[in-house]
Order: sequence, then structure tokens, then C-alpha cells
Amino acid sequence: MKRSLALVCLLALLVPFALFAGGAQESATEAPVEEPYKVAFVYIGPPGDLGWTYMHDVGKKEMEAALGSAVETTLIESVEEGPDSARIMGQYARNGYDMVFATSFGYMDYALETAMDNPDLLVEHCSGYKTADNMSTYFGRMYQPRYLSGIVAGSMTETNIIGYVAAFPIPEVIRGINAFTLGAQSVNPDVEVKVVWTNTWYDPVKEREAAIALLDSGADLLAQHQDTTEPPKAAKERGALSIGYDADMGQFVGESVLCSPMWNWGPYYTATVKAGMEGTWESHQFWGGLSEDTVKLSAMSALVPADVQAKVTEVQASIVAGDWDVFTGPLYDQSGAMILADGEVMSDGDMLSMGFFVEGVVGTVN
Amino acid sequence: MRIVLEKREARSKTVTVLVPIISFVVSLMLGSIVLGLSGANPLSTYGFMFKGAFGTWIDFTETLVKAIPLLLTGLGVALAFKLRFWNIGAEGQFIWGAIGTSWVMVFWNFLPLPLLLPIGLVMGMVAGAMWAGIPAILKANWGVDETLTTLMLNYVAILFAEYLYYGPWRDPDGFGFPGTKRFPQEGWLPRFAGRAHYGLFLALAIAILLWFLLSKTRWGFEIKMIGKNQKAARCLGVSIEKSIVVTLLISGALAGLAGATEVAGISHRLQKGIDMGYGYTAIIIAWMAQLNPLACILVSILMAGLLVGGDQLQMMVGLPSSMGLVIQGLLLFPLLAGSVFTEYRLKIVRKVEA
Repeated sequence: MKRSLALVCLLALLVPFALFAGGAQESATEAPVEEPYKVAFVYIGPPGDLGWTYMHDVGKKEMEAALGSAVETTLIESVEEGPDSARIMGQYARNGYDMVFATSFGYMDYALETAMDNPDLLVEHCSGYKTADNMSTYFGRMYQPRYLSGIVAGSMTETNIIGYVAAFPIPEVIRGINAFTLGAQSVNPDVEVKVVWTNTWYDPVKEREAAIALLDSGADLLAQHQDTTEPPKAAKERGALSIGYDADMGQFVGESVLCSPMWNWGPYYTATVKAGMEGTWESHQFWGGLSEDTVKLSAMSALVPADVQAKVTEVQASIVAGDWDVFTGPLYDQSGAMILADGEVMSDGDMLSMGFFVEGVVGTVN
Repeated sequence: MRIVLEKREARSKTVTVLVPIISFVVSLMLGSIVLGLSGANPLSTYGFMFKGAFGTWIDFTETLVKAIPLLLTGLGVALAFKLRFWNIGAEGQFIWGAIGTSWVMVFWNFLPLPLLLPIGLVMGMVAGAMWAGIPAILKANWGVDETLTTLMLNYVAILFAEYLYYGPWRDPDGFGFPGTKRFPQEGWLPRFAGRAHYGLFLALAIAILLWFLLSKTRWGFEIKMIGKNQKAARCLGVSIEKSIVVTLLISGALAGLAGATEVAGISHRLQKGIDMGYGYTAIIIAWMAQLNPLACILVSILMAGLLVGGDQLQMMVGLPSSMGLVIQGLLLFPLLAGSVFTEYRLKIVRKVEA
């Protein structure tokens, strides 16, 4: 009896689905005359995070504006960095998409799996290190604008304690903390940068909790490697200053956000999709800096004095000109051991696998 | 005058057939309203969902990928529910299964490679069984409410897994990403199509075996008896304590096997994102299947289809991810609510004036 009930229930479930499926197919056959190049974006959070995903979405829209009707795009938001991401990328491949942008580190192995299974699909993975004939990586030298924001932070802190709300202890984040600290120390040798790990990219509640803990421990200025505006908001509520990240967070929070190191994906997305359309796309590992305009520092808040702004402009010019980069010796780690001798420049490989904190950072790398 | 629910003495065939159909139509209508309000065409949306889950063979294999853990956890939950033991801890048992298997795969380097998979899966089952055994023993010996203990232990399991993959088990070469090393390829559960792995046949065989045990053996009869009337069972000499513990060990082992096959067949490592709520969905599956192991097969495939098809709400229709969850919830709600009317009927009672 029970079994027959279940069976009937299941059949009932299927019948209307079958009917609707037929209806949907009909409308799908009305194909446009010229096939546009189809590009899909896989996001770790919602575009409304006003941070990481928001900036990818801004870049996507710039690309759409630049390429017009020749390109057709779609996006999927809040995709967990787990096994489901492979299904989603695979589905895009089967639905005739030509290129997929996977915009978070944790998609790496699943993106590679998808690339292997779908040789016609071009996979672009942000921030990873695995490539294939049809899979590239792209990322930006965020440490450069982070150093600049460190100059601002080091000049403006009064307690000389800066809090840093940080996502994961991975090289990308560690590199950013180090660059920020070096920038702050360049104008204020007494500054201390306290790090709290949240173990999440996107979690407004945890980000806020970590921010409050740092403010409670004496920080009068917060920086962050998180995807939302919660840390700057928490700082503002306590009358503290902050440095944003990802997007120009001053726009959303107010002038207590002194400046934000931010992403600028539009040029890369436009060039990459164009290369895909024209058949000139080749597997690559892109790491653009200030000079490629992949990363930049937002406009500074009115609270930042003119001499500090001038200092930032000066350092920025020397980085863009290629005269100098952030990780140039002498450089010491937390224990005081020398990492780079005077004048020595760190290789990209060492930067990409950075696993130590520089002197002046309070916290551990795990 | 008031309306009351009255238990049906016997379930009529018409009701058994009509209630799920009406529930389903109500589901679709409710979903249509929300879809319409958010500017999507309900018919084409349902069409996209169906095609996304069942449209092509390769889409269907993705549905099967999700159906495997859902079926195994669903069977575990259904078995415990037969006893009226409210095991809502399948999620935690699933995670322990994943932990147990990962332990073997990553750290038992002394094993010959061909033994990794079988021993890994067994260890997953043992770990899941252990996690279900704790509330079972607490319940059998001291009558501790299992609803609370099984639920709370889920959080303990999730946090313990996090501790492992953020801490001592984190891949030293993984650039800090929260996850263990990849398992050696020899330990992977082979796949037969797309990402669908042989865990499917294991799960199907277990469903049939469980159906046989429950409907044709003395053990199955005892479980049903305990579920229906504990006192009568005790009078007839059934050891309730022992039955609870044994049944729950099996229930936990099934959820553990789900976690084991998930890491061995799909993710190939223990990592962040492994707790996808299969253990909770399993409760819905067990109920919708009316605790029947064979019905669990179809229900878990349909449920997997709903989850996989739900992707299309974002991918093809362009709804935000939160709307996808709302639609999925709306489709389930009347189906679950409807089951009340197979057991009860509405009756209008006129107040009799004294």
C-alpha cells in the first residue's frame, strides 16, 4: 500500500514536468541568426557584496559594454568552493558556453576537471596556479596598491595599532598583509599590524565580529582582506578609521574609509573574451599590476592630508615606472631573520608562495 | 462549528492517489506565483529545471551524483525512523564517514594501494556508526532525548572536520586552502559515466537489501513492532535497548558510507564545502518515501533532480541564488504537508448545544 502510494506520487511528479519540458523546447528552437560568443561567470558571493564579487561583476559589465551584441553573458552567484562547482561549470560547457570565468581560488581543481572533460571550453581561473591547454589563470598584483594604502594607514594611526581582518592564511592574503605593513612602516616605524583570521571570504557576521575584536584590542584603524563592507562599517560606528578593499568602499561607507586598494577587471575581461572570439586565446598565467591597470588605489578620502596624498602619488609613480617594487630588500621576517639583502628583489615565484609575515605583523600564518 | 483533523481508519486508494497529485499541483502553482512575481515565466522555468536535471544523459549523471549520498543518508534516516528513533544526525554521521575515509586515504600509507578503497569505505562506515552509536547508547540506557543529541552532534562533527582541514590535516602544499591532500588516485571510487560513481550500485543494493530485511525477516518485524508499540514489544520479549543500538549503528553506517563515497568518488579530499546538508535533506526523503527503502530510491533521484535543476534558476532564468532556494522550498512544502491528509481527514464538527 505504502509503496504504491510512493510510486503514484513519483509518477505524478514526473507527468507535468514532461509536459513543461516539451513546451520549453519549442521556445528554445527560435535561435538568433548570428551566434554570439557565450561567456559565463561563476561567483563565490552575490554581486551585492560591494566587494570582491561586485568588482568582478563591474568588470563583466564593462566587457559587455565594450563588446556589445557579439557576446552573450550569464552569471551564477554564491557557488560553494566544493564539488558542486564542477557540475555548474560542466553544465555551462554543455549549454554551449565558450568561456567560463571561475572567480575564486577554491574552484581550482574542479575548474581543471571541467577543462579536462570539455576540451572545447576555455576556462579562466582567478587566483590559482593550475593551468591546461584550455585553462588559464589570472590575477593581480594587489600587493602594490596595498603598500600604498599602508602609507596612508601608517600616517593616520594614532595608537600605532592597526587591525587587519583577513580571510585565509594563503600566500595571496599574507602577501597583502606584508605589503600593507611595509607601506605603513615606511612612514611610521613604530606601527604594529594585528591580524585576525576569519577563515571565510564572505561572511558579513564573522567579518564584523573580527573587526570588533581588533578595535577592542586597541586598533584605531582597520584594514581588511574580506569581501564585504562590514569591517569599515564596524570601524565607523566606533569612530575609527579604515582602509577598504576590492571596491571603492568609501562610496558605500563614507569618508572614514581613507582609501581602498581595488580591482579593475574590465580591461582584462574585455581583452580575454576578445581573444577567445578571434581565436587568438592561448593558455597563460596573467598577473597584472598597477601598470596594467588590473589593480589600483581608489581616490582618497578628504580626511587624508595633502602631504600623505603626495607621498602616495610619488611611490605609485615609481612602481608604475618600474623603478621599484614592494618586496625589495632589506626585508626581515617576524623572527628578525633576513629574507632579502639590501637591494635584492623578490622573484614572482617567491611572492606567489609567500608563507611568512614580515617584522611588525602581530599574528601567525596558520 | 469547528474543523478538526480526524485519523482515517483505513487509507482509501483514492486518497492515496489523489493527495500527492493535488499536493504537487499546489506546489507548482505556489512556485508559479513566486516565479511570476519575480518576472520569470513559470512554464519555461519548470522546463529548464527539468531539462537541467533529466534532459540529457550527462545531466542525469549529475543528478545521480547527488542522488547517491541522498539515498544512502535517506535510508539511514528511514531505518532509524522505523524505530521511532528521531535520528536527525545523518549530517554529522555523513561528515564522520568522510573523515574516516579521508584518514585512511591520506595517512594509512602502509596499506597496499588496492586496499585503500575498500578499507577506506569500511572506515567511513565505522566512523558514521560510531557517531550514531553515541546517542543510541544514551537513549537506550538513560532515555536521553535523541532529537537533541543527534542534532547537537552534527555541529560537533562539522566543527571537528573544520579543525582537521584547517589544522593538522591541511595540505602543506595546498597554498593554505582548507582541505587535505588529494587521495592517491588508486583510492578513488571509479566513475561509470560523467562523475557518477559506482557508489550508486552500492546504494541501490543496500536499498533492496534493507527492504528485504525490513519486510521479510524477524529483525524487520521487531523494529516495526518497537516503533509501533514499545510496551507490546517488550512483553513479547524483544530487547528494545539492543535493537535501538544495533539499528542505529546500521543507520549511522549508511550515512557514513554516504560521506565515504562522496569523498572517495567526487571530491577526492576532505575539504571545506563537504557539508552540503545531505543529512538534513535525508529527513525529507525518508518522510516522502514513507520510510520505504524502495521508494527512497525514486524520491532521492527526484530530490537530486530538484537540487540540480535548481541551478537553472540562476543559470538560465537569471534569478538570484536565494530565489532558487525559495522555489525549492515551495515545491517541497505542499508535498510534505499533503502527507497529513493521507493519514487524517478534515471533519466539520457542529457544536451541540447542551
